[in-house]
Amino acid sequence: MSQKTLTFALMDPPYESANLTTAFRLLTAAAERGYNLNVFAYEGASALAFARQAAHPNPVHGKNLAEENHPTTREQVAALLACAEKNGGKVDWVNCGMCVDERGVNEFVPGTRRGSPADLHAFTEASDNILVIPTK
Amino acid sequence: MAKKTLNIVESAYRAVMEEQDDTILWVLAAMHSAGADHTVVLRANAVNYAVAGQAAPALAVGEWRQTQPPRMDRDLTDLMEKRSIPVFVIAEDLSDRGIASSELIPGVRLLPRAALPALCAEYAVVSHW
Repeated sequence: MSQKTLTFALMDPPYESANLTTAFRLLTAAAERGYNLNVFAYEGASALAFARQAAHPNPVHGKNLAEENHPTTREQVAALLACAEKNGGKVDWVNCGMCVDERGVNEFVPGTRRGSPADLHAFTEASDNILVIPTK
Repeated sequence: MAKKTLNIVESAYRAVMEEQDDTILWVLAAMHSAGADHTVVLRANAVNYAVAGQAAPALAVGEWRQTQPPRMDRDLTDLMEKRSIPVFVIAEDLSDRGIASSELIPGVRLLPRAALPALCAEYAVVSHW
């Protein structure tokens, strides 16, 4: 059986909704099965792979930096790429170029790239299935 | 003296996995440390925050593991016990969702929906989140 390719279009910015947690759970499940994955990070989602995201301590929780171990989506993106590679798949993670320019987040996790809506069109043409997780 | 502020929290579970807490309850706790005088009313889906014993499975992406997933019942207890912030829950919003008052964490007060306007009148500021 040929290797399946799935495309995900994401729109939500990091740290604003539960949609991205769901997206990462789905992406991880697919990566663990060796699927090839395309991700088009559009609008706010273009900040998911921003390389300068930093964890912070949480004084409300009474925890220092290490104890709080605050998640960053850049770590999750990097972990997804590694998970796919380990299981024989690959991830083409595209950050919408105009979206990252608007937000000043044009520094990406290695292994992701700058792109445009033309990439989403190409992904659509080449994929077995597509899941859009839009901003509500 | 700080203005008494009533915070009606409606948005629930919005980004709690990524932030490891609720951003509104967090900012109220942080403002309390700066001298603010807050009260919380949970309404709509946010009433579920008061259910005892809830937990979210930590997110795992490949080798990356979340170690501090959110605990909303614990955060509410912290608000009440560590910061003396009163927490009310709209009674009808609980019953609409099939949640019994016996399922709630200690210290949360039930508030009939019809009593909310009178409660609002006791505060200088009402913020609806």
